[in-house]
Amino acid sequence: MSFAQLIGDWHALAVLFVAGVIPNQIWRMLGLWFGGGIDEGSELLVWVRAVATAILAGVIAQIVVEPPGALASVPDLLRYGAVAAGLVVFLLTRRSIFAGVVTGEVFMLAGTWWLG
Amino acid sequence: MALPPLDSPQWQSPWRAFIWGLRSITQTILTVVLFVTYLGIGALAHDTNFSLAWALASTLFVWAGPAQIILITTLGSGATIIQSAIAVTVSAIRLFPMVVSVLPLMRTPTTKRRELFFAAHLTAVTLWVECHRFLPQVPRERRIAFVHGLGFGLVSVCLTANTIGYFLAANLTQTLGAAILLLTPLSFLFSTARNSREVADVVALVLGVLLYPLAAKMNSGLDILVSGVVAGTIAYGVHWWREVRA
Repeated sequence: MSFAQLIGDWHALAVLFVAGVIPNQIWRMLGLWFGGGIDEGSELLVWVRAVATAILAGVIAQIVVEPPGALASVPDLLRYGAVAAGLVVFLLTRRSIFAGVVTGEVFMLAGTWWLG
Repeated sequence: MALPPLDSPQWQSPWRAFIWGLRSITQTILTVVLFVTYLGIGALAHDTNFSLAWALASTLFVWAGPAQIILITTLGSGATIIQSAIAVTVSAIRLFPMVVSVLPLMRTPTTKRRELFFAAHLTAVTLWVECHRFLPQVPRERRIAFVHGLGFGLVSVCLTANTIGYFLAANLTQTLGAAILLLTPLSFLFSTARNSREVADVVALVLGVLLYPLAAKMNSGLDILVSGVVAGTIAYGVHWWREVRA
């Protein structure tokens, strides 16, 4: 792999800036700008935090329901089953992220292997 | 490793606080999860014909796993720049309340807005979760330095992971590639669930997951925004109702 290939073309980097960097930094800078006047325990903050959590939950659901790249090769039910199995173990192990993630992964890999 | 007590002389130097922040990345499973998630992003970037420099720049300047995955996936599947930008902008809305809720933890009455610039840039789900966990153990006037150290450490881990993932990609089978991509929803789901202490947080998480497929049926391009605002507002309603009754 040459040095030029590792850098890539400038057009792609410009696209990254327009479609990736600006859309993220806008919200962070708005948060920095407006966050100053908002009290830590205010009702508005309880609401925005709930919305933030729900939007992240939506992104989680989106990746599982409309999977990107190689994940699309895994059957729907196997993906949902993997998340459900992980969730059950996560709850049974008193919220161990590690146990939940490993269970979900093992479920998916075992299912893929079993389905051949 | 335990952080020194709040009144320890260890906290007198901001540089020391930076180092404590940096060392704190070894105290959380989320660092491992981030590493593997960014391994996946590096691999995904390679498979979608982006350069390594592009992948590293996206980690450094975007610094939000879901947004990076959405950006790579949409651009890779032939979406226009505008369509990708809209999808990423919508997914990034959650950064706004995260920044709004995390910065007050670091602010003192004399803190200037520009001093919080890097903390705002570094804010993403992992840092948000870890700030709520670590910052109560850090003296308020040293929290910005601590967060800079924590963020610097996490970014370094992710840049390393991107590079390894990019070079591994050529050798990764489809099943292993799928396994790495599945890490992202699993890790985000469980880390958010673990941080959900109040009923409103749990309701927002559960409803957010359940309402997304319904909102997606509308196919408005703003699905995540619709399900997020509806689920979040219902969760806030539950919180408000419980407060009123209490």
